This record gives sequence, C-alpha cells and structure tokens, in this order.
Amino acid sequence: MGKVIVVTSGKGGVGKTTTAAAMATGLALRGHKTVVIDFDVGLRNLDLVMGCERRVVFDFINVINGDAKLNQALIRDKRIDKLYVFPTSQTRDKDALKREGVDRVMDELRAEFDYIVCDSPAGIEHGALSALYHADQAVIVTNPEISSVRDSDRIIGILASKSRRAERNEPPVAEHLLLTRYSPERVARGEMLSVDDVKEILSVRILGIIPESESVLRASNTGTPVILDPSSPAGRAYEDAVARFLGEQRELRFAKAERKRFFRALFGRAQ
Amino acid sequence: MMRVFEFLFPRRPPTAAVAKERLQLVLAHERTGRDGPEFLQDLQKDLLRIVQTYVEASDDAIEVRLGRNGAASVLEINVELQRPVRARRAIPIF
Repeated sequence: MGKVIVVTSGKGGVGKTTTAAAMATGLALRGHKTVVIDFDVGLRNLDLVMGCERRVVFDFINVINGDAKLNQALIRDKRIDKLYVFPTSQTRDKDALKREGVDRVMDELRAEFDYIVCDSPAGIEHGALSALYHADQAVIVTNPEISSVRDSDRIIGILASKSRRAERNEPPVAEHLLLTRYSPERVARGEMLSVDDVKEILSVRILGIIPESESVLRASNTGTPVILDPSSPAGRAYEDAVARFLGEQRELRFAKAERKRFFRALFGRAQ
Repeated sequence: MMRVFEFLFPRRPPTAAVAKERLQLVLAHERTGRDGPEFLQDLQKDLLRIVQTYVEASDDAIEVRLGRNGAASVLEINVELQRPVRARRAIPIF
C-alpha cells in the first residue's frame, strides 16, 4: 500500500510546487515508485515545474469523470525511472474534485505506487481540503515570515481535524516542517525568524531548511526539479530532506551563516 | 565621527524577536478558538464579563484552554491583570 504525502502551507507562493516536485523526484531517485499530483485545479503549474507541459493529454478531472483511464493520464518522467506526473485540469469548475472520484483515484494510486505526493493549492478551500484529506504524512512548507507561519498553524489545525485519519480516529497525519527561502545571514542579524523560533512556535519537527537560492528560479525556468541540480544549495537541501523523510539522520545544513570570503562579500554571491 | 559612521552603516533594530512575540500571542488566541469545543469561546466571554465587573482587565486578559492530563480533561483558565488589584467594592451584577 502506497503512502500519501500532502505538500501544503495555507499561504501561497512559499514553494509548495517546487517542494512537491523536488520531494517526488528525490523519492523516485531513491528507487521508490512515485507519482506527484497537482491538486490546484484551474491553475495548473506542476506540469511546468516538472517540465512535461507539452505531454499533457488527459488530466485528473478527466479521470475523476471517467473520461480517461488513470494510465492514460499519468505522464512518465523522461529523466527519472519510477517517477510519474499526474497533471490537473484548467477547468474553472470549482467542484470538479468530486469526493467519490478523488477517493477512487487515490485508492487506485495507493495500489500502484509507493509514494503519492499531493501538491496542494494555497488557501483552505475545497482544493486544499481535498489534497490533505487522504494524507498519511504532511510536509508543511513555511517561509520564516509571520503570515506564512500563521497560515501554517492554521493548516496544522485543519490536518488534525479534517483529514481522513482524523475522521476515522486513526493515528494522526505525521507532520514535517520544511522551512524554505531561509537566509541564515538575515537570521544572524536578527532580521528573520530562526529555524528554532519557527519550530518552537509551531511545535512540528523540522524536515529541512531550504536556503534562499537563485537556483530555484533557474530550475523552474527550465522545468527541472531543483533537486536534480547538484550545484544548487537548495537542491542539496532537498536531497537531505528526502533522506530524513526516509528515516536517515542528516545534519541540518544551511542553518548557519557561512563566513563570507572577502571578495564574495564585496561582489555578492554567485549562487 | 560617530554620526558619519552611523550614516554609512545604519543600525537597524532586530525585528525577528518582535515577529516571534506577535506570532505567539496571536496564535495562542487563535488556537483557543479553533482546537477547543465551541463552548470554550462563550465561556471565555462570560468569564471576562464577570472578571471585568470586579477588577480592571483588558479584553484579552482571559485565556481558556481545554487540555489533557492522562485520562482526565483539564480546563485551564488564565487571567492576566495589568495592575496589582486594589481592593474595590464589588458591584454585583446578578
């Protein structure tokens, strides 16, 4: 039976899709058959971040409505074996994610895959609730910034009350906090909430810290999950996060400010 | 000389501590409303009304939480008063 992971945050623009793409790719790289699903109906974007936008024929809603079979809609990644992308529809119909349809698709995916990574839309509306409903594990993506932390707290509350596990009185959804766009230099100057601050406020264990990095934009420009860029600090941080997710112990890199070399400090950082 | 230095390297007060404190306050409040059963908010309002008839207390002076201690539920009520309480004749409301 596959495990369902929801990548969620409440707030928009914090890096959910980047994270879902990176985590799914990382899990597949480690040999787990993985699918990443876009739950953001109407605002399809996972296909672009994964670089398969021109291969979308059928989508999530087609499968829910019975217009296509699951294996017709799943896009097999050309770079990574065992990695599949399940794109969403661009329909404006808000109720397209019908409960029974989503249940059926998730059951089919659980039978087929080791990990099912659900990329949640922002907000706490129907799409976000559908994305988290089936979750066994949740990756809560948070920026070290007050509105993001507050919204994450809200989503944590919703996970505890509105998920299927909560409804059935099963063990709760396992929560993991991923701190993105982190700037250790700004933390050192007291300008940004630190990882310990956020951990203390939300009381969720830390899965990883993704440093603010120009490589994230470069990766999405080209449709390459950032975890595939070994020169990228963000990519390496995602790799650590995936390893921790699978139970490995890894030191928390990128949490402390590195001492800048004189010339780097003068001319800015190249990464 | 000092002025020139400060002009060149302005010192900004660290703001992360402010952010943390504001977040902790607002979340403590929001979690009360969210996690507990619905009657907690009503209870909080009623308690506040009663406390305010006897002592000065701000509108967010009371925090009501329903927690767990082993098998038992614990109703935790915290009342924070800004000033030391002076003896004052109570005006009964009932």
